[in-house]
Amino acid sequence: MNSLTSYLGHVLGHLRKDLRIEWRSRDSINGMLFFSLLVVVVFSLAFDPTAAVSRQISGGILWVALLFATVTALNQSWTREQNNQVLEAQRMAPAPASALFLGKALANMIFVLVVEAILAPVFIVFYNLHVLGNPWLLAIILPLGTWALVVNGTFFAVLGLRTRNRELLLPLLLLPISLPALLEMVQATTGVLTAELDPLQINTWITQLAGYDIVYTIVCLFLFDTVLNAE
Amino acid sequence: MPIVSRSAIIRSAAWLWFIAALAILAVGFREAIFIAPTEATMGDVQRIFYYHVPSALMGLILPYVNFFASLAYLYWRRRDPLKALSADALALASAEVSIVFVSIGLMTGMLWARASWGIWWTWDARLTTYLLLWLLYVSYLLLRRFSSSGESHTLAAVISVFAAVDVPIVYMSIHWWRTQHPSPVFSGNGSLDASMWPAFLWNVAGWGLWGVFVMLFRFALERRRQLAEQNDALTAIEASLETAP
Repeated sequence: MNSLTSYLGHVLGHLRKDLRIEWRSRDSINGMLFFSLLVVVVFSLAFDPTAAVSRQISGGILWVALLFATVTALNQSWTREQNNQVLEAQRMAPAPASALFLGKALANMIFVLVVEAILAPVFIVFYNLHVLGNPWLLAIILPLGTWALVVNGTFFAVLGLRTRNRELLLPLLLLPISLPALLEMVQATTGVLTAELDPLQINTWITQLAGYDIVYTIVCLFLFDTVLNAE
Repeated sequence: MPIVSRSAIIRSAAWLWFIAALAILAVGFREAIFIAPTEATMGDVQRIFYYHVPSALMGLILPYVNFFASLAYLYWRRRDPLKALSADALALASAEVSIVFVSIGLMTGMLWARASWGIWWTWDARLTTYLLLWLLYVSYLLLRRFSSSGESHTLAAVISVFAAVDVPIVYMSIHWWRTQHPSPVFSGNGSLDASMWPAFLWNVAGWGLWGVFVMLFRFALERRRQLAEQNDALTAIEASLETAP
């Protein structure tokens, strides 16, 4: 019990540090927000959808926009730790490495959730969206899908720290691994927006997405120490 | 009893294996092209089956070799670095060869699909899953290429674990996605006629032997590269010791 509270204390410390750094610059959130806004505009111009079509495709567009925006922000999230050799200090610290990872992933999750909260009204305005299904289901789908992107993205971003072509490597690794999660979140979101899927099917997609989240959170926590200290 | 060095035995065994693989492939070719009966509805095009399925099978088996070699690497990484290096060489070799087989499986499948279904590609469950397998292993090899030599083994082993975890999830989600829209394309896929089994089995054996041969050859090559690297490092250390006052 005591070790658990100290672990959570470490996670909270990392989370607080990341939130404070972000609060001072607000680089990640502003960058992601503008990027996803651009994707929304570009898709609108490219497809010029009617209300019915936009209901069909906006689930996919929302997640593609968030996926690319997340990638741009995640590339930056570990470079902050490289200033003044902070990462080396983290590796020598007696605190568990996975706490560092969890704090960072939670911070990134909060950033993306903020972006989603601002983006959702923009989506509804630009695509003339009128949600036909149960909109409260989106309150489950969005965090689950975001975590699926962020947990693996944070992990793969640290893989790229000491590699060549860092900016290129992250999407090359993240996209193939995330494809099932992307399928699940897009299907569930589109199902809610169009109300064409059976609620039971939407539930199955959400359960699968939750399963993906749980499996990859465990794998990431388990392997993070190996990756951080890879030499 | 004459003393024969270990490498000489391995060398002659490799030659034997190579010749056996070629011979069985030749038998398989004869069986598939000349002896097996022409399929009733698809005609001669169906003969691509004898090459498509063995390649696809190898493309499904070799990723397991990659996964277990990667696990072995992660286990031995700190305990026995020399064993870990050979596990890593095996992981690299199996990943490269499995990409070749998956690519052949995809391409022969496309040729077959074009001839019998009239389309090159469909987002059917089996095809999509297989394409994702290809994508995962290409990204694995890209990571190996991009990362610095010191840590690429570890990072690649970690990604191999991620890919292995991903495959069943991909399989489940995509099957669930596509079974909602049953596609007629696989309805013609019945069981194999008894007269076609010999051609099929000869080709499975031949391509299996060939695939394992190429993988072990690549493994030996990678081991040689690793040993050369180690020797270079040793020479550099010795040279620095000699010049020291």
